[in-house]
Amino acid sequence: MKKFLSGNEAFAEGIRLARPQVISAYPITPQTIVVERLSEMVEDGSLSAEYIHVESEHSALSCAIGASAAGARAFTATSSQGLLYMAECLYYASGGRFPIVMMNADRSTALPWNIYGDQRDSLSQLDSGWIQAYAENAQEALDLALMSYKIAENKKVSTPFMANLDGFVLTHTYETVDIPEREQADKFLPPYETDNRFDFDNPKNMAFSAGPDTNYIFKYKEHEGILSAREVIKQTENEFAEIFGRRYTGLIENYLTDDAEYIIVTLGSIAGLCRETADKLRKNGIKAGVVRLRYIRPFPNEEISEVLKNAKAYAVLEKDISFGNEGTVFTNVNSALKKSGINVRGYNFIGGLGGKNISASDIEKIYSDIQNGTDSVNFIGIGGENNGK
Amino acid sequence: MKEIIWLGRGGQGAFTAAKLLGAAYTLDNEKYALAFPSFGPERRGAPVKAFTKLNSKPVADRSQTEKADYIVILDDTLYTEDIKNFLKDNGKILVNSKSEIENTKTFDAEKIASEFRLPTVNTVMFGLLVGISEIISPENAVRAVKEYMPQKIQERNINAFLKAVEEVTE
Repeated sequence: MKKFLSGNEAFAEGIRLARPQVISAYPITPQTIVVERLSEMVEDGSLSAEYIHVESEHSALSCAIGASAAGARAFTATSSQGLLYMAECLYYASGGRFPIVMMNADRSTALPWNIYGDQRDSLSQLDSGWIQAYAENAQEALDLALMSYKIAENKKVSTPFMANLDGFVLTHTYETVDIPEREQADKFLPPYETDNRFDFDNPKNMAFSAGPDTNYIFKYKEHEGILSAREVIKQTENEFAEIFGRRYTGLIENYLTDDAEYIIVTLGSIAGLCRETADKLRKNGIKAGVVRLRYIRPFPNEEISEVLKNAKAYAVLEKDISFGNEGTVFTNVNSALKKSGINVRGYNFIGGLGGKNISASDIEKIYSDIQNGTDSVNFIGIGGENNGK
Repeated sequence: MKEIIWLGRGGQGAFTAAKLLGAAYTLDNEKYALAFPSFGPERRGAPVKAFTKLNSKPVADRSQTEKADYIVILDDTLYTEDIKNFLKDNGKILVNSKSEIENTKTFDAEKIASEFRLPTVNTVMFGLLVGISEIISPENAVRAVKEYMPQKIQERNINAFLKAVEEVTE
């Protein structure tokens, strides 16, 4: 069924189809609509779930952890300061191997206070042990909601899943989405079953302490779990394509990269404008390409190296800065190339902070800057000789 | 690509009109649209902008429209001279106003709205836009109202919309 929906509403539709049994949430702009819609769905009976309106984000995720530990499929959603407030619990969820799904509406972090979109909230939590995906449009958001549980709950993976939607630009923008049929969704995603839960018939110790003698083994297993998501994401997308007819491209999505000399690597909703700009530059004979990172954890090391190895230069465009160094995505991309022994010049472009618009001409300038050479770290819209060095 | 900028005040339904246009346009196959408000906290009475982008391929550019085919203004106190800078060369500005404004088409939308006991002019301005631009068929617009507006206000809005279309296509 086709509907004209916002990113938040589309994601809520995907969650309804995924049949979570417990939803615990605390509203925060620009995430609010997703939890409002879900509460309406529970109210009107179209989603059978326990909806718990908690008093904070820390409690929202704690509650989801408890539900998951009881064997329930759990959902929560947050944004910005809310994500940071629940940071302590992120590690409990991943360390406990609870396959919770959380939507994060990507938003800037205080101070100065700002409710608009950038990616500094989620990217600050890359080390928390969660899978991190970034949607580009409302359809992908809905489809990710459905796929996220299948990936997270896979026994090899058993890792919580953070689905990121750019605040406002994606969460509040309306477009046509195709909502899958209930029967198809049920066929794709069976109910959650796990041994990693409280069970009175087979009591066991859960969420325990582990000293120096074993702790490192748990951490290694956690690493293995999230790495195995690489293969599981591929399998899941194949099954998804078979049932729903929409095919996704794994950890990254490439556009005109086969012969590209100049490539922008980016993530989230800005990728569309990058592709349109690449089209325009191609007409002027400039071999431009775009790589969209769909997943940042697990990180697409091999895929990135493969696609960038023949380029003359690349830019990483991100809505993030790790103060005192560079954008975190840039660090990750550079590391991928270094590990593969590839030596292509890369430049970092920081844009969209606090919701600042990134225009087509900004993106054209990125392509021309990397052809001519520029500073390693550049802030879009802020000039000056020594800027960002 | 056709781009429409809507200007109104919080509570006037400018964004609802932007959304209805997008929803109506995409009822036909191979038609794509984005509709979004100027982002930020919602405040009743404060100036708001909304945007609709229509194309025959998926709309990849999610940024605010810089040059529009139509600018639709729901409240004439929001009209300023420099609004024309946001217009394409052959673009048009439609304003709800009881008086004439140079280089724009003005309509007394409140008069039509009040005939149908509507407190807002958004669906009237939507009808005037559809009648003048023929971007979508009135039938698709009516279908969108039925799908996306609360049932109890559908009929009045449909009638006001159709009256507005008639006003400019006679």
